[in-house]
Amino acid sequence: MSAVMITRKVRKWEKLPGKNTFCCDGRVMMARQKGIFYLTLFLIVGTCSLFFAFECPYLAVHLSPAIPVFAVLLFLFVMAMLLRTSFSDPGVLPRALPEEANFIEMEIEAANGNVPSGQRPPPRIRNVQINNQIVKLKYCYTCKIFRPPRASHCSICDNCVDRFDHHCPWVGNCVGKRNYRYFYLFTLTLSLLTIYIFAFNIVHVVMRSVDSGFLKTLKETPGTVLEMLVCFFTLWSMVGLTGFHTYLISLNQTTNEDIKGSWSGKNRGQNPYSHKNIIKNCCEVLCGPTYPSVLDRRGLMREDSPAFAASEGPCSLDNPVAQTTKTTAPLIPNEHTPDDVKPSIAASAEKSPSPKEDQSPAPKIPPLASPETDVETSIAKNH
Amino acid sequence: MDSKVCIHFLPRYCISPQFHNLQDMQHTASLVTKVFIQRDYSDGTVCRFQTKFPTELDNRIERALLEQTVKTLNSYYVEAEKVGGQSYLEGCLACATAYIVFFCMETRYEKVLKKISGYIQEQNEKIYAPRGLLLTDPIERGMRVLEISVFEDRGSSGSSPSSSMSSCSTAR
Repeated sequence: MSAVMITRKVRKWEKLPGKNTFCCDGRVMMARQKGIFYLTLFLIVGTCSLFFAFECPYLAVHLSPAIPVFAVLLFLFVMAMLLRTSFSDPGVLPRALPEEANFIEMEIEAANGNVPSGQRPPPRIRNVQINNQIVKLKYCYTCKIFRPPRASHCSICDNCVDRFDHHCPWVGNCVGKRNYRYFYLFTLTLSLLTIYIFAFNIVHVVMRSVDSGFLKTLKETPGTVLEMLVCFFTLWSMVGLTGFHTYLISLNQTTNEDIKGSWSGKNRGQNPYSHKNIIKNCCEVLCGPTYPSVLDRRGLMREDSPAFAASEGPCSLDNPVAQTTKTTAPLIPNEHTPDDVKPSIAASAEKSPSPKEDQSPAPKIPPLASPETDVETSIAKNH
Repeated sequence: MDSKVCIHFLPRYCISPQFHNLQDMQHTASLVTKVFIQRDYSDGTVCRFQTKFPTELDNRIERALLEQTVKTLNSYYVEAEKVGGQSYLEGCLACATAYIVFFCMETRYEKVLKKISGYIQEQNEKIYAPRGLLLTDPIERGMRVLEISVFEDRGSSGSSPSSSMSSCSTAR
């Protein structure tokens, strides 16, 4: 006897754990704090609008109409890259379902053997050898998984992200495996756009001053001063940031690894992911395969009713593979929030105080995952 | 829609009273345990699964079959993640169009994922369901594990549980 439950279609994004916000019915995924992202948008759109309003008419007539055309193309490219970086899934790793979490717990216990009561169990680390380099895979107590190499847990978004670079408040999202190239192209093209606007502002002021005088020019085009100000400060930080990321890409390193000094220094060893060839590293990062999202946001929540339809056609940003085998038990990851210490894990229940203790340092890694320590501000200060 | 597919597949497979299709197997047979085949990171971050045979499946399936499945899956993932001529072309073309082309075009990775899901479906039908096992596509587990659901063994050497997959709910 199967009762057909008629319920509102709930999509999986509505039940995902983590501190992300979703828009457009799961198509758009961002961090919770979006204020600085709106500021970024405002600065870019505002400055470009001023440029198109004040400088472009004069330059198109007196120099070449190609100038505003190229500016428009560059502006559109910058916006496309920004929106792609901000709205896409950075490479979030879904949390382990209960069975998987249990399985891993049992493996850990089997590996640890008998820990005398009162003693802390050993830290949960798996060693794996990659390219003759021992890499330690840490266990994430929030997501209940051993993090793959190069993955890290972002405390702002409360997700493990694959190939975690950093959390960027300017784009309002984490930068990880799936959106790193868009982030890099954003910084690169924004630097170019800033240089372009700054240069043509100077050209415009000079040309106009020859005709009308400097002060009169500034009065006629008040936007110029504002643009120059914004561009001047943006230029240094953006060019510096682009340079820094170019350096990282050529070494196939992430910001996270660079800050932690994972592969620098005598005792740390060499980067096992680098191809030891700048061109190859750049090609892999920028022209590598486009990884699909493993976070199924737009799939429909599985109900018990056999009449329940499977997922509809997702959009291209998501994993387009339809669920062939809806074999999962109808347990949803988020029903078990990180704060739950599941009583079903009998053995680990007594160990729960110690993981809880360990949990406080764990979310603080990576150190970048907070706006205050974001790399942009540090680069801006350095350059 | 499920029922239509069942009727369609009915004549093609030998039906056992218990396993009408894989969904039925889930509902009627009881799940004993789930076995997880972990990722093998020895080659770096490329997607690969360990070919080590889990001991829980010792008397359920032959080693060679599972090993073959895992090796084939690994080769699919290698194909998807290959950094070579085609991926460069795709990358450069997409970059030139500000990645707008991705809204219209399916990437190579997505095409391979479809192949993988078809392969898993086929393997389930032919090899795993008759033995009371079920493979879950790794993409549904974040590409972290290959989940094998182990159902009650009904002494299935005689009956061959049919496995018309719930393919009505699959890719369109």
